[in-house]
Amino acid sequence: MTVERDVMEYDVLVVGGGPAGLSAAIRLKQKAAEAGKEINVCLVEKGSEIGAHILSGAVFEPRALNELIPDWKEKGAPLNVPVAGDDIYFFRSATAAFKMPGLFVPKPMHNEGNYVVSLGNVCRWLGQQAEALGVEIYPGFAAQHPIVEDGVVKGVQIGDMGISHKGEHKPDYAPGMELRAKYTLFAEGCRGHLGKQLIEQYGLAKDADPQHYGIGIKEVWTIDPAKHKSGLVVHGAGWPLDLLGTDAMGGAFLYHFENNQVVVGLIVDLSYTNPYLSPFDEFQRFKHHPVIAQYLEGGTRTSYGARALVKGGLNSLPKLTFPGGVLIGDDAGTLNYAKIKGSHTAMKSGMLAAEAAAEAVLAGREGGDELTAYSDKFKASWLYDELYKSRNFGVFLHKFGALIGGAINYLEQNWFGGKFPWTFHDLKLDHQSLKLAKDSQKIEYPKPDGKLSFDKLSSVFLSSTNHEEDQPVHLVLKDKSIPIAKNLPMYAEPAQRYCPAGVYEVIGEGDDKRFQINAQNCVHCKTCDIKDPAQNINWVAPEGGGGPNYANM
Amino acid sequence: MKALVSVKRVVDYNVRIQVKSDGSGVVTDGVKHSMNPFDEIAMEEAVRQKEKGKITEIVAITIGGDKNEETLRSALAFGADRAIHIKEAGDVQPLTAAKAFAAVMKKEGAQVLFTGKQAIDDDANQTGQMVASLLDIAQATFASKVELDGAKATVTREVDAGLETLEVDLPAVITTDLRLNEPRYLKLPDIMKAKKKPIETVSFADLGVTAAAGLKTTKTAAPAGRSKGVMVKTTDELIAALKGKGLL
Repeated sequence: MTVERDVMEYDVLVVGGGPAGLSAAIRLKQKAAEAGKEINVCLVEKGSEIGAHILSGAVFEPRALNELIPDWKEKGAPLNVPVAGDDIYFFRSATAAFKMPGLFVPKPMHNEGNYVVSLGNVCRWLGQQAEALGVEIYPGFAAQHPIVEDGVVKGVQIGDMGISHKGEHKPDYAPGMELRAKYTLFAEGCRGHLGKQLIEQYGLAKDADPQHYGIGIKEVWTIDPAKHKSGLVVHGAGWPLDLLGTDAMGGAFLYHFENNQVVVGLIVDLSYTNPYLSPFDEFQRFKHHPVIAQYLEGGTRTSYGARALVKGGLNSLPKLTFPGGVLIGDDAGTLNYAKIKGSHTAMKSGMLAAEAAAEAVLAGREGGDELTAYSDKFKASWLYDELYKSRNFGVFLHKFGALIGGAINYLEQNWFGGKFPWTFHDLKLDHQSLKLAKDSQKIEYPKPDGKLSFDKLSSVFLSSTNHEEDQPVHLVLKDKSIPIAKNLPMYAEPAQRYCPAGVYEVIGEGDDKRFQINAQNCVHCKTCDIKDPAQNINWVAPEGGGGPNYANM
Repeated sequence: MKALVSVKRVVDYNVRIQVKSDGSGVVTDGVKHSMNPFDEIAMEEAVRQKEKGKITEIVAITIGGDKNEETLRSALAFGADRAIHIKEAGDVQPLTAAKAFAAVMKKEGAQVLFTGKQAIDDDANQTGQMVASLLDIAQATFASKVELDGAKATVTREVDAGLETLEVDLPAVITTDLRLNEPRYLKLPDIMKAKKKPIETVSFADLGVTAAAGLKTTKTAAPAGRSKGVMVKTTDELIAALKGKGLL
């Protein structure tokens, strides 16, 4: 059955309205204005509005923003809380911790001149700037797949609306449009579902180390004004994860934001080995640590969300260009894990790609070619330099644990200026790291107390997640039998635990077990697409506008 | 026949509402907003009537700050021909809104005002009725079916006992209920076209409207949490528990 689709053509199409995509769109318009010419730019975003699917810590380094919009302060950018202090803790147990003396803090963890922000609100603001410059922004429309003709990316097809659970057209069926462009910039963030296909199709990662990921879970709290210290930034490693070992790594953060809000979160590396580990429950119990609880006690939790993040850095970065398109931001993987910051690097990569695309369009090129100028600009930029300096950080941690690996990193960053003469590699894929259930110890998590810790469903409720109910399940199992036939006996089906939104359940007793997917709970974090040991779960975009509606995240 | 449709920008229905810590209202900063769902139904009805040839022009109207332009763009994507933005920031009370809509009804010579029966933010359910009263025209509220026919409208409304059918002379105000229709998906091409449709900006002063100040919000509070339930094992225990509460 062929469906008649509307087609729109642009000079440049941006897929995804995060820091990378919005910065690219803005830069394109700026370059066009400088040349006194027109470049028409379209940006599509699967969230119901710009910012709705954005989740980040976030301590924001303004370097890229200073370059993009130097007068951001006058234009009202929501960077209101300068970092006022940096504390780093090593958590030794549920009650003990020691604070790292400032002298030993690795340089990338210094935050002078940075701001505690809601990245969602920064993106909302960037969206307004982009629209004011004439970028056409369409939130609520999810790109379904890239349009590839004769090996050239020509744009994307937007997902259809109004398809029933069974795949039939409902009365309000509306076929998705084709958006075509000379150049398409993919800016979907970590593990973008189009980016994933393109990396595969064009073999972009064949010379790179495997990509590594983490899952970040975050909450926003309103706390007692007496305990609030605007701009205080707290980072931690260790309990409830490993400090010396390497089986469960990650890090925690707590930032004091504006209006008596604090944001608290835990990042769990998806290379963890125990299939019984639940990142959600680790985070819930983490909040009971006295260092954290001292701030949260008596406060109210107002928001919850989760998102996978990419942390392989330079070693894992795929080739950035292919005919007709490029990957920018975390769709490629530009996050600097040593700084735990990806916004300024994502923005910079978007700006560099935009400059390359603008030059091509303004030179009258027809498009469809490879924007190699983007790769050249990338290699010549501070972004490359920064990622080069941090290239060994994640590897040190994975190989030596948070404490020892952190110490080696301190040596490299503070004594060698990030330029060890060696590059270290971490070649094991995250989905291959799980040990068998029979070789693993079950973890008994404490029951949530309803004050500091909560269950999954009441948490998902705070993400304001919504999906049209009658639509096909957007978490597609390549082989329906694997969860019960293989993952359950081998790994006690870890999807039940790594999903932070309660999407996956094994229900039934004895031989009558079945795997249930509650797709409407999905917060679009992509962890299942990454961590499933059989790589059997394929995350595809649900109907546009579905997913979380994060506020101030 | 010209129809006016009022569309209000409200906090999106998916957002979990949070009360400000000082009790002065609810948190709206950084929170997703969208068109009041009942106004979407009003918009959809107007478009369907136009598709049936009963209406010739649809004018969407809103009151609020700059961001209300988004709401009007949605209305234009639904199928409104043009829009009027009454640009007034700050709280607008139902009577003020009604005065403004009445003024525009008169100015435009519209035959019908479609509006949601209420907005999901303040649930006042007053504006439509007040417009009718101010203009001294007929009103048909809580519509679940609408038929327009020249000089009159036949409106089925949902009442406690079932369905009631009214015939009203036009011009009239029709407020729309949940079951009137199911609003369409906004299609990307329609949203693109909507960017080019005209929006006229006016102020209360242009319309000769003075803001009403009859209502004052004294306090906003979140609903009290539910107290913990009791598990009972037998029917007798249940009956005893209900009797203990004086419910039986």
